[in-house]
Amino acid sequence: MKTQVMSKPAARNRALRSPGGLSVRLDTRACVVVLLLLLAALVASVVLIGTGDFPISAADVVRTLLGDGDPSQELIVNDLRLPRVLVGLLVGASLGLGGALFQSISRNPLGSPDVLGLSQGATAGALVVIVLFSGDADQVALGALGGGLFTGLAIYLLAWKRGVHGYRLVLVGIGVSAIATAVNGYLITKADIVDAARAVVWMTGSLNGRDWEQVHPLLIMCAILVPTVLANARGLRMMEMGDDVSYALGVRVERVRMLLMVSAVLLTAGATAAAGPVSFVALTAPQLAKRLTRSPGPNLVPSLCMGAALLVVADWASQRAFGADQLPVGVVTGVLGGVYLLWLLVTERKAGRI
Amino acid sequence: MSGPRPGGREATGRAATGGLVSRHRPSASVRSAGPVNQNNQRSTVNRLSAENVTLAYDQRVIAEQLSVEIPDNSFTVIVGPNACGKSTLLRALSRMLKPSQGRVLLDGQVIQSMPAKQVARTLGLLPQSSIAPDGITVGDLVGRGRYPHQGLLRQWSAQDERIVRESMQATGVAELADRYVDELSGGQRQRVWIAMALAQQTPLLLLDEPTTFLDIQHQIDVLDLCAELHEEQGRTLVAVLHDLNHAARYATHLIALRGGEVVAEGAPGDIVTAELVEEVFGLRCQVIDDPETGTPLVVPAARRARTGAEGPEQGAEARVAATEAS
Repeated sequence: MKTQVMSKPAARNRALRSPGGLSVRLDTRACVVVLLLLLAALVASVVLIGTGDFPISAADVVRTLLGDGDPSQELIVNDLRLPRVLVGLLVGASLGLGGALFQSISRNPLGSPDVLGLSQGATAGALVVIVLFSGDADQVALGALGGGLFTGLAIYLLAWKRGVHGYRLVLVGIGVSAIATAVNGYLITKADIVDAARAVVWMTGSLNGRDWEQVHPLLIMCAILVPTVLANARGLRMMEMGDDVSYALGVRVERVRMLLMVSAVLLTAGATAAAGPVSFVALTAPQLAKRLTRSPGPNLVPSLCMGAALLVVADWASQRAFGADQLPVGVVTGVLGGVYLLWLLVTERKAGRI
Repeated sequence: MSGPRPGGREATGRAATGGLVSRHRPSASVRSAGPVNQNNQRSTVNRLSAENVTLAYDQRVIAEQLSVEIPDNSFTVIVGPNACGKSTLLRALSRMLKPSQGRVLLDGQVIQSMPAKQVARTLGLLPQSSIAPDGITVGDLVGRGRYPHQGLLRQWSAQDERIVRESMQATGVAELADRYVDELSGGQRQRVWIAMALAQQTPLLLLDEPTTFLDIQHQIDVLDLCAELHEEQGRTLVAVLHDLNHAARYATHLIALRGGEVVAEGAPGDIVTAELVEEVFGLRCQVIDDPETGTPLVVPAARRARTGAEGPEQGAEARVAATEAS
């Protein structure tokens, strides 16, 4: 089909139209940002696969990934390092998307899953399995998933009052977060030293030793949730103008919000189950993406790509800085996120917005 | 006591013309059965109406058994004191609030049963609380009014583009298209929101206190714009307004509410009288002709006349004077 490009009267949005009456609206700058972020994530992934006790050149990594490498490298690349990088990409993407959803729904940059207590809730679930049942890795992951879902449900029910509202959601989330943190502290003090050490490592968030068993469930989850979320993104864009306006425009506000919140909780809990509570990605990725695209709106796809790129880069940094597997990725994202958050607060304060 | 008035019309005389016939009928069912019919359009022909609705937030009942018809092609204004239920009624008419009893009908269908986007293509609402997202431009915000006409595969047609341009021209914000909404003055911002509601292209448009928080010149500006939309584009407008004089000047159909009940409705020139104002707002006043438009102009009585501050006799005298209005 032939398409013609027409510019919109305002700004840099472009509409692609087909003669059949179909049209798609694209924000040029956001598209460029997404492409660059994907490129960054790809490059970082290749570099990361080549990094380790047995370094492999980027060219060899690409050749091996395309199924054309020598067998010894194939084992390292495809069986050891690729799954870890894929888990990193998927976890980062899920956290970025989940964070963007929560921040948009709560209309608050602090309304991210870390602050709302979802990560803490998932951690509590994992700690229960580690400390009380000494479960294996899969059971811990299930525990984290259950803890995250339970927390998400609790937040929704507590914050629900003729519709979930921004401040209410954040305040309830902070309360839930405090409770979950207290539970986690209690569980650790109750644990014997081996379990406690394991729990603390899990709580930092790490990609060490992740293999295909973590990749598949994450992949399935993203394959279902990402299209679901994107199909409702236009409604979410409208909801940024307030419930009344979006309702008047024909958005079924409560339905869209419920669906997107459930998706965000699943994305966050799933990512946490796979890699532990990797801090600050969900908080920072959407904000960084927004500043790059300079576009109002939830910026879902840019946030997703930003999360993926951020996590892979952080994983690479954590391995390069102190040698392979020395530093869990959560420490790096925590430091990056903390610095970023302070920068955000300082600049927003200068701009007079806080 | 009341002093000379230029071209003043007798408030009491106005009452005698029959404009107030409906005001002693608090029950909606009685009222609708009666012969009172200022607009001759009562019945099922009007596109938007509320039938015996009970409106409540949780347990707090705002109105019971309320019936209202919005005459087609009218500029209807709902007035009444604070907490009389006027915004609540507007919310019910725009299906934001589901009546706990009764029903709101749009084109003969119960509004809640209709698909959300279909309603949004027929009936627009400019609510009081709206948030301009950070860093959004005027053109982008107005464009969002096209949402009910779009879909996943029809996101931005040439028609969308044309209508957004026309809506911005009609509201005089076309030259602001690339400006950020945050940078605009309150009056400009309200015009932008109205442009967004216009871009929705609905034959019915509901506005909840569109002039609140605006300076007087911007209030008049917004009301002029509404009158234009009503007269030139033939849209049916329903607005909640605080200012009775603005309501009387701009409305073609006025609905006066008190305590969740319609006290009177009809053309402002027929129903706005000193008695009505006192009954609805509890305010003694004179109603004179607006020297500019000839519509009713409500002039509150002097404080002395209203409060009887100078002693019982004088107070009583003042009240009599105010009631008789010269």
